[in-house]
Amino acid sequence: MTDKPLLSVRGLTIDIPVASGTLHAVRGIDFELMKGETLCIVGESGSGKSLTSLALMGLLGGRISRRASRADFDGTDLIAASNRQMRRLRGARMAMIFQEPMTSLNPAYTIGDQLIEALLLHKKVGRAAARDRAVALLEKVGITSAASRLGQYPHQLSGGLRQRVMIAMALMCEPDLLIADEPTTALDVTIQAQILRLLVDLQREMNMAMILITHDLGVVARIADKVAVMYAGELVETGPAADIFNAPTHPYTRGLINCIPVPGKTARGAKLGTIPGIVPSLVGEVTGCPFRTRCSEAVPACRGEIPVRTRHAGRQRILCVHEDGQRAASEVPA
Amino acid sequence: MLRFILRRLGLAVLVALTVSFISFSLLFLSGDPAIAIAGEGANENDIAAIRKLYGFDRPMLLQYWDWLSSALRFDFGESYYFRLPVADLIADRLSVTMILGVCGISFALLLAVPLGVLAAIRPNSIIDRVALFLSVAGQAMPSFWFGLILIVVFSINLRWLPASGAESWRHFILPTIVLGYYAMPAIMRLTRAGMLEVLSADYVRTARAKGAPEGLVLFKHALRNAIIPVVSLAAVQMGFMLGGSIVVESIFALHGAGYLAWESIGRNDLPTVQALILVFSLFYIVFTFLADVLNAWLDPRMRSS
Repeated sequence: MTDKPLLSVRGLTIDIPVASGTLHAVRGIDFELMKGETLCIVGESGSGKSLTSLALMGLLGGRISRRASRADFDGTDLIAASNRQMRRLRGARMAMIFQEPMTSLNPAYTIGDQLIEALLLHKKVGRAAARDRAVALLEKVGITSAASRLGQYPHQLSGGLRQRVMIAMALMCEPDLLIADEPTTALDVTIQAQILRLLVDLQREMNMAMILITHDLGVVARIADKVAVMYAGELVETGPAADIFNAPTHPYTRGLINCIPVPGKTARGAKLGTIPGIVPSLVGEVTGCPFRTRCSEAVPACRGEIPVRTRHAGRQRILCVHEDGQRAASEVPA
Repeated sequence: MLRFILRRLGLAVLVALTVSFISFSLLFLSGDPAIAIAGEGANENDIAAIRKLYGFDRPMLLQYWDWLSSALRFDFGESYYFRLPVADLIADRLSVTMILGVCGISFALLLAVPLGVLAAIRPNSIIDRVALFLSVAGQAMPSFWFGLILIVVFSINLRWLPASGAESWRHFILPTIVLGYYAMPAIMRLTRAGMLEVLSADYVRTARAKGAPEGLVLFKHALRNAIIPVVSLAAVQMGFMLGGSIVVESIFALHGAGYLAWESIGRNDLPTVQALILVFSLFYIVFTFLADVLNAWLDPRMRSS
């Protein structure tokens, strides 16, 4: 693996103007990704996971503003890049799969049209060659009689098939980075596993980097190289997947992992772990740790500046006032 | 697609037959036609003779069949007033109406669709406000008033365009503007609403994620889906323009089919009224059919329903 990361983000901030002020949806997050690596961003709904991915792609709506001290994708500054530069990257070098397969394909055009378009937008190849590539990729994503599917319209396909088509479309130009925003949330449980398996296989085969956004920790445990835990617009804990699952440090990460029932360990009928409380409002000035109102380890210092702590020789980073994410017995709870 | 077209065509023919029967029955709903033809001061014998001459004494269905089979050969009988074949009379006037209708709807679409798209791309911008103002003005201004204003400005004061008649293309400019501007607001608002909805659709985001340039996103991916309801509306408006442009035809003395219908109703000229009703209804049927076919082409989901 080369030393230079494919994607390096420092201090990514996303603000949304709302009626009552500014919603600080994402506040200064840092992460990086090597070529061929899988980063899973986990967190509950509204924590800013999807916004982060849309911000990287340059697909935020017009009123949402983003900034970062660094957002480098293989030499291109994703924030400073012109529309034209971004357009050349999107679909060609960085591709995205969305949460809603039922509505993400254009109902007015055939699958073939939409697949071929993805290639022709970026590569100077003939229509016939593009068509062959589309058939090859449909086969690769496990669609039978691929050639005859090209003439079908999205409404003639099931949700699982549509998501496979979306994956094939994202891969038409062999991107270096694939962002998958909850790609299985809208699918049946049986299909979910198939699609994930497919994504992982394709990612290994094509040596793509992948950012998988999910709230399913079971999935993360199976496929992630790196994990970033997002809470209320901050990455409260990032690090190698093994470290995070073996030794979750931030109180929120520990809470999340406690919520997963473990076969054999969790007693039948025992209460599953929960995290009490709700996510705070992010409108207006946000100070201190956003998790402090729900945190069992909270102390008065949590209202102030929160230090970044690194562990395991810098591989794991947490945002917490406590060195190891735990309140010492001598400290006064908040 | 072919099966869809054939099915819609079959439906259109059934509707046309129904309409033809209704327009034929009008003759009998409006009183005894023989008395109307005979005129005032005719005695019983005259009326009976006319009844026999025109065949009004025969069963109604038989008369309908006769009328329909001649109508299919474009023979709608003779006008009571002009004593001329109704078909010639209508053919003469229809060309004016059709030119006006086609120009009117084209003007409306060419103005409304780009304006609606621009307004949707930048909601609440200056363009959106201007478009809103134009459409409110178009909806609020009565045609006769707007027509007269245009005549005063462009025909009388500036002397650029003729105020009445149908001799040259220049005669059609002002009527086209009045007729088209009246149809514009609804088309514009519908285009704007459709585009606004479609632009926030997931598949538009997908198109952008593919790296499609903005023009392709707007016109290939968004407009094709947004324009579908506009097609249906434009078809109805087109039918309306061909049949109901009486006001505009009167202001600009454009003696088209709408004007003929209005005159014929006043003169109790039933064969002409009958034929015009049929022709106007057929226009609606034809345009609705064409709109259905166009929509099915635009949206594949409609082909199967």
